[in-house]
Amino acid sequence: MALVFLFLYAPIFVLIVFSFNATKSRSIWAGFSLQWYVKLFSDAAIMDALRTTLLVSVLASLIACVAGTAASIGFYAMRRKTRSVLMTVNNIPLTNADIITGVSLSLLFVLAVNAFNATLGDALGVRWAQGFITLLIAHITFDIPYVILSVLPKLRQLDPNVYEAAQDLGATGPAAFRKVILPDLMPGIINGLLIAFTMSIDDFVISYFTAGSQVSTLAMEIYSMARRKISPEINAISTLLFVSVLVLLVLINARQGRQEKLAKRQKAALTPKK
Amino acid sequence: MKKICSLVLSALMLSTLLAGCGSSASSKYPNGEVNVLNWGEYIDESVLTDFEDQYGIKVNYKTCPDNETLYSTIKGGGSDYDVIVPSDYMISRLIDEDLLEKLDFSNIPNFSDIDEKFLKPAYDPTGEYSVPYMWGTVGIIYNTKMVSGEITSWGALFDKQYAGQVLMINNPRDAIGVALKYLGYSYNTTDKSQITKATDLLIQQKQDGIVQAYVMDEIFDKLEGGEAAMGVYYAGDYLTMLANNPDLAFVVPSEGSNYFVDAMCVPKGASNKENGEKFINFMCSTDVGLANCEAIGYSTPLKSVKAALPADVSGNPVAYPADSVLANCEQFINLPEDILEFYDSEWLRLKV
Amino acid sequence: MKNKWLAVPYVVWMAIFVVAPLVLVVIYAFTARSGGFTLENFTAMGEYAAVFGRSFFLALIATLVCILLGYPLAYFLSREGSGMRRIATMLIMLPMWMNFLLRTYSWMSILENTGLLNTFFKSIGLFALLNRTFGTNIEYFHMINTQGAIVLGMVYNFLPFMILPIYTVIEKIDYRIIEAAQDLGANSRQVFRKVIFPLSLPGVLSGITMVFVPAVSTFAIPRLLGGGMVTMLGDLIEAQFMGSAYNPYLGSAISLVMMVIVLVCMAVMNRFGEGEEGAVVL
Repeated sequence: MALVFLFLYAPIFVLIVFSFNATKSRSIWAGFSLQWYVKLFSDAAIMDALRTTLLVSVLASLIACVAGTAASIGFYAMRRKTRSVLMTVNNIPLTNADIITGVSLSLLFVLAVNAFNATLGDALGVRWAQGFITLLIAHITFDIPYVILSVLPKLRQLDPNVYEAAQDLGATGPAAFRKVILPDLMPGIINGLLIAFTMSIDDFVISYFTAGSQVSTLAMEIYSMARRKISPEINAISTLLFVSVLVLLVLINARQGRQEKLAKRQKAALTPKK
Repeated sequence: MKKICSLVLSALMLSTLLAGCGSSASSKYPNGEVNVLNWGEYIDESVLTDFEDQYGIKVNYKTCPDNETLYSTIKGGGSDYDVIVPSDYMISRLIDEDLLEKLDFSNIPNFSDIDEKFLKPAYDPTGEYSVPYMWGTVGIIYNTKMVSGEITSWGALFDKQYAGQVLMINNPRDAIGVALKYLGYSYNTTDKSQITKATDLLIQQKQDGIVQAYVMDEIFDKLEGGEAAMGVYYAGDYLTMLANNPDLAFVVPSEGSNYFVDAMCVPKGASNKENGEKFINFMCSTDVGLANCEAIGYSTPLKSVKAALPADVSGNPVAYPADSVLANCEQFINLPEDILEFYDSEWLRLKV
Repeated sequence: MKNKWLAVPYVVWMAIFVVAPLVLVVIYAFTARSGGFTLENFTAMGEYAAVFGRSFFLALIATLVCILLGYPLAYFLSREGSGMRRIATMLIMLPMWMNFLLRTYSWMSILENTGLLNTFFKSIGLFALLNRTFGTNIEYFHMINTQGAIVLGMVYNFLPFMILPIYTVIEKIDYRIIEAAQDLGANSRQVFRKVIFPLSLPGVLSGITMVFVPAVSTFAIPRLLGGGMVTMLGDLIEAQFMGSAYNPYLGSAISLVMMVIVLVCMAVMNRFGEGEEGAVVL
């Protein structure tokens, strides 16, 4: 098992180590230096791309979260037949290869953009092109299925009587939903949000086809850099990303650990002592 | 529940903050923006900030690896560039397909600095669509320590003793062109049997294991680092690589090679045509032209820049070859539609 | 709450952004470069049979390697104590959170002829030793720009996607079933073979889906690690849309065929395991 972990992490450590290299070489160590980090922060293209990536991922995952939860509730209320048809359609972005989703969306957007420019655009003297909006739409489209896949099982696990009980006790529909259903769904929703965010941040192919000429995500920038003169700036980005993700995961882990301990203690406190 | 709310709120605030960063940028650039698509390693990046400061126009600078990808990007619609820098044959194709705007030269006064021999070229006969940016030759760049003797012919690329050490250029016209020249044909042949023979030669080269990889800008690191013994690339890039690895040499093979001109154009329907023309004008100014030349090593079409270059640069036979060498070089011209489709399918046949 | 109209906005969204684009792909696939209905895009595809074959073959190998490496890891992981499990899960997910391209790029500098591994081998005298014993004259192992490098890249990138579903499913197996089997006299090998393994199959199927489909269609990995020498389906499609051979009609046709083949593979696989609806989510 340790071997597999070594396999998983060795290349990342190589990247990190050489991000501090004094020369451009990615395989021969020549001394410690922070020059690549300096260069990274002054590289406007990468900083822009980073900003775009974060913005798109946050927005897309939040919107997907809300829309996906609403959709899950809607699906849950449907008859089995309609639901399974809709669920199949819903799963298409998940099971389809990224490149197909990217290519198909790009066809749609190009058509829409060209149609717009030829009609309204000419009239208004405005030219639309693929950019942040199309990128955002694409991300939302492949994020929502993940949210639904996370929330729907939780919905099924709910006891349907609790909702009615809340209403019997006088809560109106929305209030009952907020105070009773939502807290139970919350783990699923949060889970879905996190997965959607991960998928958005990590995405390359779909962004590549839908971002157009003006915006660029981090993944696209790295691809572009890797095909040109390779600069250890990429190593510097890797190190920074790795450290932030590590910190984030450690925090989440610690929080989970604390929650589990708390739950255990609560359970122990509730069991009657013999 | 409260924690979730606060988390969501802080995320929203963060995103608006980031968006705010973006919009504050637009107040720094009151005159709009310009979207530029150029080749990789083809500019001195500091001139972009100079342009932004001088004109108050934000520059969105992107690169692409080869002319065919450029064509896909422009043809596909969807994208919105204001300045592109295609090579000669691609410019003539874009003009034929009505994908370029006619330039308003009142916005480009520095155009008068362009050397006469670049005016009204074969690829842009009316001279209304393009302004030359850089020119050069294609040749073999090789590591003198990793090859035996001097290289003088395209044949060295097909020599089995260099198996696994040869980098071929990764775009159809240049690569098939190498084989065409080696076989004694013209770059612009419309004879499908000649093109097929050239592609067969390339396929043989690949199957014999001579080719290490098909590259464009990846070649810099590879040749500088001694990862490969030789490659086909542009003269200006050789000069850049030479600075990092003095063992490298450049040769325009005896069978003849390609003489190219890259020129700046404005695609049809660009949203910021005027800003694009201002950018083109800026690139033709003497200081900027000089900075670019020194950064990328290519040859300039601007008279004042050539005069301002140090003697060892303007006299460098690689950057400014003698007329006899240039006479042996051929320019690409645009080919008829069916031949272009044939190139596409032959290129895929090679790659597959 | 049981308001099915809540789903309407999303259904509309799906229609526009999931269904319509795919319909467009189908339409384009049957359109010729000059407009008008045609089947020529499909007939032209015979030339690319080699690419299809190679992509599916390499993806298959990568998937198998992932199963071979991932299943044991998932199994042993599920046996650990909960603290260790949490840390290990986190360690597996960490590379996934780093960008996919960075993970691929990291192998470039390691595998190159003058890269880390080769420089290391040279410095410990491996090549000299090999040359002496076998009379060869190698100066480096040619690792990058080969099909092997691409498979390595695929395995490296997609291994966590195989480990996690299997682990999740095994972990959820009710321990009482295992106890029951042991009570009925099964030794640990039998318990594994007859109880754990069959129950873990949905996880394996889920993992296969999450590895095979991206592996077949990836284009960044062959581009970065294959050096333009190995063309795969993803490369082919990308070249038709944004690369060096502009022909979105042919590209759509190739995409369509790829999609159909993958669907068929998935359907065949699902017959083998009665896949649960809404496969295991991480």
